[in-house]
Amino acid sequence: MNPFAMLIAFTTILIKEVTRFTRIWQQTLVPPAISTLLYFVIFGSLIGDRIGQMDGFDYMDFLVPGLILMSVINASYQNVVSSFFGAKWGKSIEELLVSPTPNLIILLAYISGGVTRGILVGLIVTGISLIFTDLNVFSVWVLGSVVILTAVLFSLGGFVNAIFAKTFDDVAIVPTFVLLPLTYLGGVFYSIHLLSDFWQNISKANPILYMVNTFRYGFLGISDVSIGFSYLMICGFIAVFFVISLYLLSHSRGLRA
Amino acid sequence: MSYALKTTGLAKTYHNGVNALKGLDLSVQEGDFYALLGPNGAGKSTVIGILSSLVLKSSGRVEVFGVDIDSDFPKAKSFLGVVPQEFNFNIFETPLQIIRNQAGYYGIDRRTASERTEKYLRLLRIWDKRNDRAGHLSGGMKRRLMIARALVHEPRLLILDEPTAGVDIEIRRSMWEFLRNINSAGTTIILTTHYLEEAENLCRHIGIINHGELVENTSMRALLRQLNLETYVLDIENTLDTLPTEWADFARLVDTSTLEVDVRSGQHLNDIYDALSKASIRVRSMRNKANRLEQLFVGMVGKTPGDKP
Repeated sequence: MNPFAMLIAFTTILIKEVTRFTRIWQQTLVPPAISTLLYFVIFGSLIGDRIGQMDGFDYMDFLVPGLILMSVINASYQNVVSSFFGAKWGKSIEELLVSPTPNLIILLAYISGGVTRGILVGLIVTGISLIFTDLNVFSVWVLGSVVILTAVLFSLGGFVNAIFAKTFDDVAIVPTFVLLPLTYLGGVFYSIHLLSDFWQNISKANPILYMVNTFRYGFLGISDVSIGFSYLMICGFIAVFFVISLYLLSHSRGLRA
Repeated sequence: MSYALKTTGLAKTYHNGVNALKGLDLSVQEGDFYALLGPNGAGKSTVIGILSSLVLKSSGRVEVFGVDIDSDFPKAKSFLGVVPQEFNFNIFETPLQIIRNQAGYYGIDRRTASERTEKYLRLLRIWDKRNDRAGHLSGGMKRRLMIARALVHEPRLLILDEPTAGVDIEIRRSMWEFLRNINSAGTTIILTTHYLEEAENLCRHIGIINHGELVENTSMRALLRQLNLETYVLDIENTLDTLPTEWADFARLVDTSTLEVDVRSGQHLNDIYDALSKASIRVRSMRNKANRLEQLFVGMVGKTPGDKP
């Protein structure tokens, strides 16, 4: 396949992905908006006023970056896992596998679909947050890079999950039992300085903590962890998941006998 | 001689230990209409799976128009169009979306994709349903949709795995006509089917697989020449309760006005008619009883194509 043909294949898959999640916007774009709105109302306005300040900022200002990134993580992961597993389950993934489209293009296009939905949901949640607080941006470059890298990483995570999944239950297990606890314990709602040294060290084993803190740094200019190390870790995870995904696309028994 | 497909020592052992293919040597000439037959579990779908990359071969070599799939599988794939046995499109998409997307996966630009989509949807008579959800189409339309999808990149080799399964006779015959036309236009076709009448009508060469091995690979004409017996069904005007005892080795009564007669190799139908005339039996109509290919097939593999292994 020549580069132009690859570009056509890439855009075809990406357009298909975007068409899919915008067609079912009631399931893909509205729920994160509603749940985040509730988080802002309950944790930000009602409880947040009683909490006071967190790391020198109003609790609402502290909360906003974490909630935005949490939405991005969930949206990018859910997009790829549900779309790719759905195609696998309905066998329509064979349309792609029998074609000359290289595995690299298939993977990049699915990731791009996940990133697109993640960023769109992130923008929606950011818009809702403006109802409750004024957002100050400390570094637009950090914000942009972290949100994209995080969306890429969790799109890859969704991709691996989709390849291994055999039933729709398998698709729900990781978000419920892995993603949700890691996100809630990843510093979205609190600073890890509130924890004892022991639990701080345990928390530092949670990769989502680094993403949330780096994203928060982009807004507030504060972080519980080293920004440089965060980037290194996110990129490291992306590299590992990327290689795994490419290998599985070629060799997984879930796709090819 | 140039080959559309050539496999050498193609073997596949699945993880559960099943030896689906045991060193298959198969060659299909360019431009041929080739029937690949075999009972269920014989290995036909494994061959197609390997060609379409959905099954990873254990060993052996596969060449599509001279391109080794181990050295350049994407190029080999670009020559292939595959119509699988099971429906494998997104039921929530429309025929237009399905065909256009498939064109995109082959790197065909949007304009050409739109032109070809219309061309093949019209040819296969599903243009009127182009904006309906694919899941709402009838079984015959779904089959034709998969053929249109396999043709949108205009492959040189079209592989059809049971394309007319569950399709009524009228649509089946129109599909035969369509396939004959695209074969005449130069597309090589490999067909697997359980309808041996279909293979006999359409195909020039035939390969029979049994237990992962090729037990026959010849021209349809040469294969049918091997038949040494054909059975005809005669509708007669008379009413018969018994047949002359000397007819016992070549004729049977189906009912009081229907006879079955066997004509052996070297024997002539005139001999049968002479015997019937002497017995004052008048024949109203005559037809071939069994599919000739089916007789040969059963003789080779010991079962009919739809039987379980």
